[in-house]
Amino acid sequence: MSSTGSPAAEAAGERPGKIDAVPVRHPGRWVAVAFLTVLAAMLVNLLVTNTAFNWSFVRQAMIQSPVIQGLLVGTLLVTLVAMIIAVLLGVTLAVMRLSDNPVLAGSAFVYIWFFRAIPRYVLLFMMGTLGFLWPHGLPIGLPLGHDLVHLFGGTGDLAFTTVDANKIFSGVFCGMLGLGLSEAAYMAEIARAGIMSVDPGQREAACALGMGNGLAMRRIVLPQAMRVIVPPTGNETIAMVKDTSLLLAVPVGTELFFQLQAIGSRTFETFPVAVAAVIWYLIICTVLMVIQSRIERYFGRGFGAKPSKQQGARTRLLALDGGTPR
Amino acid sequence: MSQPLVHAVNVSKAFGGNEVLKGIDIDVDAGEVVCLLGPSGSGKTTFLRCINQLETIDGGRIWVDGELAGYEEKNGKLHRLHDKRIAGQRREIGMVFQRFNLFPHKTALENVMEAPLKVRGRSKADVEKRGLELLDRVGLFEKCDHYPSQLSGGQQQRVAIARALAMDPKLMLFDEPTSALDPELVGEVLTVMRELAQAGMTMIVVTHEMGFARTVADRVVFMDGGVVVEQGDPREVINNPQHERTKTFLARIREENDEHAAALEERAEAEKL
Repeated sequence: MSSTGSPAAEAAGERPGKIDAVPVRHPGRWVAVAFLTVLAAMLVNLLVTNTAFNWSFVRQAMIQSPVIQGLLVGTLLVTLVAMIIAVLLGVTLAVMRLSDNPVLAGSAFVYIWFFRAIPRYVLLFMMGTLGFLWPHGLPIGLPLGHDLVHLFGGTGDLAFTTVDANKIFSGVFCGMLGLGLSEAAYMAEIARAGIMSVDPGQREAACALGMGNGLAMRRIVLPQAMRVIVPPTGNETIAMVKDTSLLLAVPVGTELFFQLQAIGSRTFETFPVAVAAVIWYLIICTVLMVIQSRIERYFGRGFGAKPSKQQGARTRLLALDGGTPR
Repeated sequence: MSQPLVHAVNVSKAFGGNEVLKGIDIDVDAGEVVCLLGPSGSGKTTFLRCINQLETIDGGRIWVDGELAGYEEKNGKLHRLHDKRIAGQRREIGMVFQRFNLFPHKTALENVMEAPLKVRGRSKADVEKRGLELLDRVGLFEKCDHYPSQLSGGQQQRVAIARALAMDPKLMLFDEPTSALDPELVGEVLTVMRELAQAGMTMIVVTHEMGFARTVADRVVFMDGGVVVEQGDPREVINNPQHERTKTFLARIREENDEHAAALEERAEAEKL
């Protein structure tokens, strides 16, 4: 009897059975594993034995109340608001750029061109100084009101109210606005790619059902575009968390890294505060990645995903016959 | 005298310099089933898309149920209708596409419910009940919670038909509804369409299925090079065409169908072995 299923064995009426073969060996992989293990051991050794880490100080610094406040306001809140501004404005810009109207498409292009060209640090610095443009306050009222009044020989500016420009263009609000406006330029390109990735037949089918352009965009095109838009938006959000450390340029003080640095310069423990910052950023990004994968799963429905709510036709009809709205 | 449901006069359309429709006159009465036949590039799909204004026409006029499509005549001058009014006109016309174009992020039932819910603004309970009835009518009651990607091509096309019917259209347009299907899935879609025709729906069907045209259509229209070459009773036109171009086209289709049948037979034989 032969276990290899040779032709001779087959001729004897024996058919080849289950495959139980010797796998290919990969000696190169074992070398790499050994190398990485040694590196990991060295790293752990460094973290545990090197006293410069001063772990108890790191832990202390991480939970100081100005640091926590900086984390909540300057890092998380600014990221959230800036990304909301960026997504809403970015989708609007993307729809404008895809419009047949050359003025709309052109202005979206100019916006994207401008904000992509300016480094964020420089933009935030400039936003912080914009108050100089309106030393007597920013009039809120009729557009060009001041000039119109002048044209007809009067005085005044047709403004309902005047706000202090120095207050608008400073602090956390200015930081959110600056980062949001800058990010919108990138989000516009991401949203445009997403919208263009949707089969034009989808829009046609929606139109053929009597949907208007807005409804077709909102209900049919954008939800499908989201599948393409979400992953790079996750990247952008994570990048935004890190870019909040640029708020220093406005300047904004209630921000994670600024506060940690302040502790560092007060206590001369500069290395441990850097470690504290790294750990906070690692924690935030880990949480964001989990949230991103949830969102991706939601917008991936219908694309190779399994049916979400297998309620079954029978139960549905029973519910309807009973007249009980679910 | 009752007016035709679709009244197209001297319709012309060009893409760039390429004239696709050169003065088409077609009338379709309510309850009538008309098949548009012709070689590819003859303009039949374009004409169908002009009826529900997925394409704008360059010349001529199309009236659907007595209403001029896409324009309004005021003081002897044509005014283009606002997009909202055009969307309103499209609501009365159901369309079934060659590539199904189901919404992939919605289940079969959600596909059928979307337009009555969001466009007509009907109540969810009513729309769901009607949606399930329609899915039952096309034989897909059990598949209501499946996404399009989990359905075969034939099933997807039947959902697409149910989706169009959910708007209670006066007219159904079919753009080569079986051309993208595997041969063994064509029959189930044609059966649904046949039942729809028997129920009295007005249908304009662009198709290469001669068997369907012969047995279901009240009239066939043969188009070539952007003009109507001949039209009439399906058996007469298909069995005894008067024009040379019709004869050539039908002979070629017959040949293809024979090859197709032979291939199917061969496959059946192979499976038997």
